[in-house]
Amino acid sequence: MREIIGYILLYVGAFFFLVSAIGLIRLPDLYTRMQAATKSTTLGAVCSILSIGILEPTWIVKAIVIAIFIFLTAPISGSALIRASYKAKSPLTSKTVVDKFPKDEGGKE
Amino acid sequence: MNVKILIYLLIVCASVFLILIRLLLGPDASNRTVALDVITTVFAALFVVFGFVFKRGIYLDVALVYAIISFVGVLVVARFLERGI
Repeated sequence: MREIIGYILLYVGAFFFLVSAIGLIRLPDLYTRMQAATKSTTLGAVCSILSIGILEPTWIVKAIVIAIFIFLTAPISGSALIRASYKAKSPLTSKTVVDKFPKDEGGKE
Repeated sequence: MNVKILIYLLIVCASVFLILIRLLLGPDASNRTVALDVITTVFAALFVVFGFVFKRGIYLDVALVYAIISFVGVLVVARFLERGI
């Protein structure tokens, strides 16, 4: 039973890695690619690491520590990178409808 | 190494190959940094899986240190893209 749950979680992780790779190839723009890059890659890595923690029960504490670390730091690095590449004037796709960043920048900070 | 882990490694190998295509033909430095960020996260998970395959617990510590270093590296590159270090 434990092995079945572990291997199912491992394949869920592999599926999310594959989804993020396809999104990184197919999407038109840096900002939409970042959508695929941060979210689904984080979920895939957390699922893979927790599945190894389930398959080998003596490693579960270290696996949870690594999973929590990735879960906390991947959004931070993604946010910093997308802000920096907007400042570096990475081009938006031609289908972009609204871009509210310059207005917020003048008002709040 | 049993067959289930081998199938998992094949799927992850295909996705890493697709990410490498984006790393090679990304139009500017920001796209390449996104691809590099994804690859480092995938490899931090792969270290844990290889620790399970070879039955060596030290690989978990390697994965943790690799995750920390990749986080700091992406922050440094973002800082550089924003206004130079």
